Order: sequence, then C-alpha cells, then structure tokens
Amino acid sequence: MTDWHLLSLVTFLPLLGAVFILTVRGDEAVVARNARNVALLTSSVTFLLSLGLWFNFDPTTANFQFQESAPWLPGLGINYRMGVDGISVLFVLLSTLLTPLCILSSWEAIKVRVKEYMIAFLILETMMVGMFCALDLFVFYMFFEGVLIPMFVIIGVWGGPRRVYAAFKFFLYTLLGSVLMLLALLAMYFAAGNTSDIPTLLAFNFPASMQPWLWLALFASFSVKVPMWPVHTWLPDAHVEAPTAGSVILAGVLLKMGAYGFVRFSVPMLPEATITFTPLIYTLSVIAVIYTSLVALAQEDMKKLIAYSSVAHMGFVTIGLFAMTQQSVEGALFQMLSHGVVAGALFLCVGVVYDRMHTREIAAYGGLVGRMPRYALVFMVFMLGSVGLPGTSGFVGEFLILLGVFQVNTWVALFTTTGVVLGAAYMLYLYRRIIFGKLVRPELKGILDLSLREVVIFAPLVILVLWMGVYPTPFLEMFHASVAALIEKNEIARAATTAATSALALAVH
Amino acid sequence: MYELPNLVPALPEILLAVAALGLLMVGVFRKKDATGFVGGLAVAALVVAGIVEVNLARVPVVTTLGGMFVLDGFAVFVKALVLLAAVLTAIMSLSWLRQEKLGQFEFPVLLIFATLGMMMMVSANDLMALYLGLELQSLSLYVLAAYHRDNLRSTEAGLKYFMLGALASGLLLFGASFIYGFTGATGFDAIAKALGDGASVPVGVTVGIVFLLAGLAFKISAVPFHMWTPDVYEGAPTPVTALFAVGPKIAALALLIRVMVGPFGHLVEQWHQVVVALSLASMVLGAFAAIHQTNIKRLMAYSSIGHVGYALIGVAVGNAAGVRGVLVYLAIYLFMNIGTFTVILSMRQRGRMVEQIEDLAGLSKSNPLMALALAIFMFSMAGIPPLAGFFGKLYVFIAAIQAHMYTLAVLGVLTSVVGAYYYLRIVKVMYFDEPADSFDRPIGRSMTFILTGTSLVILLFFLFPEMLLTGAETAAASLFHG
Repeated sequence: MTDWHLLSLVTFLPLLGAVFILTVRGDEAVVARNARNVALLTSSVTFLLSLGLWFNFDPTTANFQFQESAPWLPGLGINYRMGVDGISVLFVLLSTLLTPLCILSSWEAIKVRVKEYMIAFLILETMMVGMFCALDLFVFYMFFEGVLIPMFVIIGVWGGPRRVYAAFKFFLYTLLGSVLMLLALLAMYFAAGNTSDIPTLLAFNFPASMQPWLWLALFASFSVKVPMWPVHTWLPDAHVEAPTAGSVILAGVLLKMGAYGFVRFSVPMLPEATITFTPLIYTLSVIAVIYTSLVALAQEDMKKLIAYSSVAHMGFVTIGLFAMTQQSVEGALFQMLSHGVVAGALFLCVGVVYDRMHTREIAAYGGLVGRMPRYALVFMVFMLGSVGLPGTSGFVGEFLILLGVFQVNTWVALFTTTGVVLGAAYMLYLYRRIIFGKLVRPELKGILDLSLREVVIFAPLVILVLWMGVYPTPFLEMFHASVAALIEKNEIARAATTAATSALALAVH
Repeated sequence: MYELPNLVPALPEILLAVAALGLLMVGVFRKKDATGFVGGLAVAALVVAGIVEVNLARVPVVTTLGGMFVLDGFAVFVKALVLLAAVLTAIMSLSWLRQEKLGQFEFPVLLIFATLGMMMMVSANDLMALYLGLELQSLSLYVLAAYHRDNLRSTEAGLKYFMLGALASGLLLFGASFIYGFTGATGFDAIAKALGDGASVPVGVTVGIVFLLAGLAFKISAVPFHMWTPDVYEGAPTPVTALFAVGPKIAALALLIRVMVGPFGHLVEQWHQVVVALSLASMVLGAFAAIHQTNIKRLMAYSSIGHVGYALIGVAVGNAAGVRGVLVYLAIYLFMNIGTFTVILSMRQRGRMVEQIEDLAGLSKSNPLMALALAIFMFSMAGIPPLAGFFGKLYVFIAAIQAHMYTLAVLGVLTSVVGAYYYLRIVKVMYFDEPADSFDRPIGRSMTFILTGTSLVILLFFLFPEMLLTGAETAAASLFHG
C-alpha cells in the first residue's frame, strides 16, 4: 500500500475536486448542480479510499504506518512527512465520513454561491485530513492553521445574522493561540537538534527547564481549539451562526484537533510538564463539565445548547487524556470519536427542523413526534448517545474515562460524574420540549418528516452510534498499541520525576 | 597610467543609465505616442538589465570602481527583486498613464533612474556610494510622487516626501561624517579595518551609527520615522505607491543589512537594541494604527510599516539565518504587495479611481476572480498557511528563536494577530457584505497578467519553495563570506 501514497491521495483528492469545481462555468443553476455533484463524488471517493486505511491498518504496533516522505523546505531539513498510528487513523476516517454527509445535508439548504461553498468544504477536508496525517511539525502547523481560512469563509458567507462577529471571533481566537504554538514548535525544532520530524521528537527528551514553557505555548493553542473553559466563548457564537454543515464539521472534527494536539504533542513530548500541569487541566475540565452543563440547561437556542454540551463533553476528553491510564486515554479517544459522530448528528438534527421552520428557538417547536415519527426516532438515538446511555457510543467513552480517572483521582471522578447526570438533564429536557407535548403551533401542522436524502445522511450515523455502543472492540483495538506506548513513556517520566524529587528531598535532609 | 576599472559587475547599472539617457532623447524626438513607446522600451531595458544581472558571475565577492561597488550573491538577489518590482510597476503605470491621459514620457525614464539608484544602493561599498545611490533614488521618487501635478494630494505627497526625505538624508550624512571623522575612512572595508574587532569603539562611531540608522529607518519607514508614509502613500499616484511599497524598501533594507553586518558587524551590541526597538515599534504601530483606516492606500501604508517591523526582526538577529529570513520575507512581500496594488489600481468606477475600503463591498459577486486574488493576498499578509506570507514570517521567526530572541518573537506573533484583524476586514467587505457599485471592466490584459501571476505565486508557493529558499540561503551566506 505504501506505493499508493494512500495518505496523500486521501488528503489531496478533495483539493483536486475543489480545483475542478473552480473551473466549472455556465449559468448559475448548472454551476450549482455540477458543483454539488462533483463535491459529493470527490468526498465519497475520498471516503472509500480512506477505508483502505481501516482495512490495512496493523493494530498490533504503535509505529506510524502508511508513511510517506519527501523533501520540502531545503536548508532547514524539513520534510513533507505523512503517516498514521492508532491514535490518528480513526480521526482521518471520521473526517472523511462527515464531509460527504455534510455536503449531502447542504444539498438544498445552501442556495447561494453553491460553487464557492463546495470549494470551501473540500479545502476544509484536505486541511483536516492532512492535519491528522502530518508527521512533521510544520506540515502539521500548515494544515492546523489552514483550516481557519475555509471555516472563516463558511461562517462568514453562509452564516446567520451575527455571522461576521462569529467568524472574526473564531478566526482571531484560534489564531492567537496558534501563533504561540508556532513559536513553541520552532523552539522544539532547535532543541531537538534541527529536526521537525514527529517520530524523532516523540523519542526525544526535552530538557525539563524548557518543558513548562513549551507546554504552556502549546496549551494556548490546543485549549482554545478543544475548547476548554474559560476560552470556550467563541464556540457557541461560531456554532449558532455557522450553517448546519459548518457546525457539524466544527463539532465533529475541528474540536478534536485540540485534543489530538494534546495527545500527539503535549502529553508524549513533554511528559514532565504534563505531570506538573495535570491539576490545571483537571480543574479547568471539571469546571467546564459542571459549569457548561448548567449553562446548557438554560439555553433557549438548540444550537447553543448543543454547543455548550460539546464543551462539557470535551471536558471529559481532556480529563481522560491527562489521567494517563490505559482505560482513561482509550476512553478519551473513543469519546472524541463518539462525540464527533453524535454532536455532528445532533447539529444535523437541528438542521433538519431549521431547514423547514427557519428558527432554532426551542420554544418554537413541540409535539413533533406526531408529525415526524422517523425524525423523533433518529433524534432520540443521538440524544441518548449524547447522554451516554449504555448501548450507545457515548456510554463506552464516558465509562472508560470515569473508570480510568477513578483509579487516579477519586474527587475528579466524582465531579466529572455529576456531568453525566446534568448531561442527561439538559438533553432529555431538550428532547421533551421539541418532540413531546402537544403540537399547538399552527405553523408546525404541515411539517414534513425526514426525506429520503435525510434518511441516507442519518443512517450511517445511527449505525455507527449503535455499533460503537454495542461492540466497541474493533475501535478500541486500533488504539491499544499506540496508547500503551504513550502510557509507558509517561510512566518512565513519572518515575524519573519522583526519583528526582526524592533525591532532592534526601539532599535537603 | 590610468587603468580602466572592471566594469563587468556594474554592467546592468551602466545599461540602465545609458538606456535612461537614450530614452530621454527618444522621447523628445518621437512625435506621436511617445509615452507608450518610451514606456515599452523602458520595460525592455529593465528586463534586459534583470537578465544580465542574474547571469553575472558571482564568484564570492567582486569589488570594483576603486572598492566603491561590490557585487556578491546578496547584491544579485536583491537587485533581481528590485528589477522585478520595477518591471511590474512599470507595466502597471503604463496602463495607468493611458487611463489618466497623462501622456508624458518622463515617467518611465524617472522610473529607470529610481531603479538605478536602488541598484547602486544595494551594491554600495562606501559611504559616498551609499549616499549617491540613495539620493538618485530619492530625487527620482520625489518627482514621481508629485507626478499627477494637477492633483492637490499628489503634489502634497511629493512635497512632504521631499521635505522629510531631505531631513533624513541630512541625518544620514551627519552620521556618515561622524563615522568618517572617527575612523578616517568612508569605504566599508576600511572602516571595518579601522574598528578592528570592536573591542574599543570610539563614542563618535556609535553616534554616527545611530544617525545612519535613523536616516535609513526613514527610507524603510520604520517607526518612529514613519510619519510621512500614510500621507505619501495616499497622495502619490497608485502605481508610484506600489513602487514605494516595494522597490525602495527592499533596496534600503538591503543597504541597512549591508552596512550593519558589514563594517559594523563586530559592533552588534551597539546597534542591536536600536534595531530591536525599531522593529517592535513598527510591528505594534503597523498593527494598531491600521485598524481604523478607511482608505485602502493608507491601510497599505500601515501594513507596510508592520511588514518592515517583521523584516527588521531578521536584521536584529544579525546572522546568516536572519538575513535569509529577511530576503525570503522581502521576496514574498514583493509579490503580495504588487498584487494588492494591481487590485487597487483596478478599482475604477465609471472611469474614476476609488480607494475606499467600502468600495470593495461585494466584490466577490461582481468580480469573483479579483476578489479571490485579493483574498489570497490578504490571508497571505496575515501570515496564514499554506499561503506564501506564512513562510516569510516562518523564516524570520526561525532566525529569532534560534538566536533566543523570545520576547521579540512573542511580540511579533501577537501583533500579527492584531494585523490579521484588518486584513480579514477586507476579506469581510468583499465576501460578507452586499455588493456596492461594481468596478469598470475589463481591467486590461497586462493587469490581468500581473494579478494572475502574483496570486498564483502566493497561492502555490508551498508546492515549490526550493528556488526562492535556496536562492535566499546562498545570497545570505555570501554576505558572511570571509
């Protein structure tokens, strides 16, 4: 498979589609139809190709697979390097799965500037996939930042009434964190002896005096992207204003980039600093879980509610990642996948009724179960997935995280568990207000159930949520080897730190 | 017996000088369409000079004309940039001259003289040569700034530029005289020899360096010597502004680098802090002052101040990596700026130039490709990867981090976020706002050509970075040869 350059193919095929759409000429309806078709075709083919990763991936090793390398920036020894390991491979698949679904969901919702919209989405896909595949600091940074341009345009052009504010906030917040990360990456490049190769850096021990600074600079970027409390405020704005598909990608993939950054860079490369700052992560995450859950409870806007719930769920993820046990890290990664599917699907659910009624006010709905039984069923599956009901994907992730964290820190586990309870409260309350009750509003009387196109969009997601919930082994297997390697490195660092502290204590005595 | 100096290294300069004088004659004797004819020949002369320049032997370093003129890889690289900027602005100005019906053939001739001055600056190896090159460039540019002589703002710009430029030249000469007085030499090599390893520096030399720096800082419009920039940029004819934004800046920065790392290379401690201060102040002012601008040419003025700040980071580092960063930055800056000014020059409604940012509203609908090109330039100026502007910043910051100049680097990236705000604002106006009046079309073949070329360079740079990066690397290395 290495001769295939599968990763580069999956990464750049969407870009090729975008270039092709750019050349489409003609009157507006024709251009729009062609753009839709080409975008759907390209992203579907990309997804099918990316399945090659799933089938050919060897889960028994923690090494990077499907590696590619080519010289890129001369004079600095920076190469274009791609490769995936157990941690990143599934996120590539998540990105390639969600993109065609997003394009399909925008089929009718996007009526103006369809060509540009499809181009933006395909570029976005290239950037997301490339980011998860990158094995070089600067290639990673290029993709990580490159995401901002298409997302800025998607929010700003096709967004809601406050789209300009939301787009600027999203862009500048993320950029501010990222530029600090860039400096940290440069410092890492020099500290490790002029190399930006990620596998080499993973094996390199950074001097303990540098680690806290590097860690904080990376934290500035990743915490905004996750987003962690208190730098999460861009997320509700971006979600509310973004078009449905934009929200899906934002919740489904973009939020994972921050957590992925933590698990790819901060945790394995800077283990000592990670140990130092774990209490900080715990604190911020616990606040995020409890506070944003309470905020979600009070929301009047569906998208805002789900946005806040995303912050809470990502709080689980960061806790799991930093608890550093095999279960908690695997749980966190699983929760990232699960949240990608579930939150993405929930935004699609909001999109379904928004396309029909053009409002996201929770109060504008009620009693939909009578008119839209299929919708009620689908919505229920994802709602329960978000709550973490056993049998859905959400349960596996949250359970593993709590199991892992409990062994390390009981108090954190206790506080985190309250998030599960609150999560059930706000999601069930949301569901009750929209689906159940009496259908009193006259304008809802004629609302139509899911169309065939929408069923096609939701079917794979429903299957995934249930599959991941009932039989999570194939997914967890992918993580095992890589997570074990990660934990091992962390254990060594922990032992070294403890030894250093006790030696210091002895010396003082 | 007097021996003729080796003129080969100065061949492009001689060629341009002869061409400029010849074109003056041609212009006088040619009856109809003198401007177009002379303009075409001027472009040809600049192109030929460029071709000769890049083919000149650059065996490490050649000095000639009694040691006043130096040619090395660094000079060739920078002169190639200067000539490229001159060619592109010459093409832009020809279409502008036609549209504004300013049929005077002196314009392209002055442009050649200005270019000649810039090239002399880049190759100057003596304080006298430095001053002569600088003045030839400046005097030509003063006239060009005021070229639209029936236009109040243009004449105002020319006058302002002249007054303040004369002051800066005075400062520079004052500094040069100090240096001469305390070292007894004007040649860079002789000064370096007189100063030795920099163990004991006469205080007069330090004073001289500071004045020299002040004079050059004026030319590159680094804060606090930037006051003239917004007014002159706004008032000068747009193609001239385009030239101001690239040519003289590149030449003066190259000159600054040559003076600082050449004769004063051992005195890094003496001038390092001054350059750091200039850089910081420029980045901060460039970022914050641009936020409230409504005129796009003024905005570009502040943007150029900010960009000079970033380039100065590389100068402050003061080693080969730093110079490489500056060269990469300047080369990419050239393409971004020329491209942006091509768009500004195409902002015409019903035959009149407009230059408010609001006039761009809805450009993405009325002229999607032009909007796309400008958006590419704006994202690139903000330093967002994978566009070329990012690599410019990357190479400068690499040098800064390598030299452990963390404070400068951190402040640099933070101001770049502020800067991103106003670049995004232009994208916002074009893409998010409802269309205003659309611009006159078509914009002309030569303009389309420049716009397409520059935007493709910026967009696809990440695919083919080798040429520029290796070129800058060898150019920077040649400066530190021996």
